Amino acid sequence: MIEIESLSKEYGPATVVDGVSMSIAGGSITAIVGTSGSGKSTLLRMINRLVEPSRGRVLIEGRDTATRPGHLLRREIGYAIQGHGLFPHRTVAENIATVPRLLGWQAARIRSRVAELLGIFQLEPGEYAAKFPHQLSGGQQQRVGVARALAAEPRVLLMDEPFGALDPIIRGQAQDDLRGIQRRFGTTVVLVTHDMDEAFRLGDRVAVMTQGRLLQYDRPAMLLTHPADPFVSRLTGTSDRALKLLSLTTAGDAAEPGAGEGPVVPASASLRDVLAALLWSGAAAAAVQRPDGSPAGRVTLAAILARGRAG
Amino acid sequence: MPRLATLLRIAAGALLLTFLAVPQRFAPLFAPFTEYGAPPIYDQGSLPLLALAHLGTVFLAAAASTVVAVGLGILVTRASGAEFLPLSRTLVNVGQTFPPVAVLAVAVPLVGFGETPTLIALFAYGLLPVFENTISGLQACPPAVLEAADGMGMSPRQRLLTVELPLAMPLILEGIRLSLVINVGTATIGSTVAAKGLGEVIIAGLLSNNTAFILQGGLVTGLMAMLLYEAMAALERRILRAAHVA
Repeated sequence: MIEIESLSKEYGPATVVDGVSMSIAGGSITAIVGTSGSGKSTLLRMINRLVEPSRGRVLIEGRDTATRPGHLLRREIGYAIQGHGLFPHRTVAENIATVPRLLGWQAARIRSRVAELLGIFQLEPGEYAAKFPHQLSGGQQQRVGVARALAAEPRVLLMDEPFGALDPIIRGQAQDDLRGIQRRFGTTVVLVTHDMDEAFRLGDRVAVMTQGRLLQYDRPAMLLTHPADPFVSRLTGTSDRALKLLSLTTAGDAAEPGAGEGPVVPASASLRDVLAALLWSGAAAAAVQRPDGSPAGRVTLAAILARGRAG
Repeated sequence: MPRLATLLRIAAGALLLTFLAVPQRFAPLFAPFTEYGAPPIYDQGSLPLLALAHLGTVFLAAAASTVVAVGLGILVTRASGAEFLPLSRTLVNVGQTFPPVAVLAVAVPLVGFGETPTLIALFAYGLLPVFENTISGLQACPPAVLEAADGMGMSPRQRLLTVELPLAMPLILEGIRLSLVINVGTATIGSTVAAKGLGEVIIAGLLSNNTAFILQGGLVTGLMAMLLYEAMAALERRILRAAHVA
């Protein structure tokens, strides 16, 4: 879906991104992580050509992004940033309508799309459409920022530290929302973050960058069990990697047939949370429950311990 | 206190209009400032017509300064024009520091007497506030907002017209207001080179040693500057409220 081929960016003598190649599958979430100055934001901004590459190329659905004027390309790619960047002199509805207007959509189509997005992001259209950004809370502003990025139904959504300015509770909610919306629309999301937990929580694949180079690009579990470089293990943290590994599997996926007498956990809970529930209650197995309330089997303490072991 | 301020504004406006309409009524007030039976009220021309001509010159010059200063401010805040910022700033500063009287002296041999040299002097004098405020306004746009505008796929022109200029508008309008008010006073010197304006009244007073004329010219000019300041401020509030950038 997105092919990045030996992409480099140089500013004078400084190489900010150094020959990065990666292939991003359609309909997945890819998290690019790295310390500040690792070139992760520059890599992201070369995908929609906010930064023009010095060398290499980017193909989206087989099409070279360099063949079109940059601003026309960007209208087809969603873009959400830290601190949302909402236009302060425009209402919530006008902000969300930005790209559809640039694309010349009919007024009626814009209106219904704005109303649909406000609904999806739990912002009652009657109450919020006519408000101005400064009248919203930080979490609401951030949701409007993502709604604006998704307004023209882009196949690709780029996000640069989109949740960086949110407090931990709202951030968790925003991450869950993003997951839900990404599944719903099948959008290909590329997300830059310096927060390893966020990358693990959201990323189908995680790309680790340092000093402009791509060190490893793999499934989160592989980063924990088979780090390609000492820097990767330093970044993921070695002290709690067993717990991190557990947090990557849900109770629903790990459930085995049978009834648990212990605590009842939702199928969407991570094994890390199930382990915590078992430790707290002293039970040996938890009963897994589907969203509709039907039993989905059980997860035993022994099974969790086996999954947390290296290799 | 806003009520008192409103009352004062209304009183000042009423005073100005009454004086322009029936100046002879104020004769007893100005009589003590005359000597040897000289006329206490300016009688060599129509005061309302002079006031109108005065305002016309000021507005024309302000319109020209605004177009040039805003255009220049936009140019030097683009990446492609940034290198012209120091040069433009120097030019505009010279326009402000070069005394308008000297501009007249230089301009008259080139363009002759009358309105034109005055317009040139006021134009040069009014550039600085508009130029500096345009730059400040454009530079104060939040970087995240500009980044979002680019990321949404706005062309540079769309970004300028729909994001940057609306956000810079409060400061630009303030610059225009300052420029206008400064030039209401400065325009009186135009009368030394035969431009129609309230300076005529002051100069007539100076030539005939008639303090009453000088006071009248100064008073009308001062009241006009003050009222223009207030009117512009009110107009700005309206525009900004309509554009939601206040």
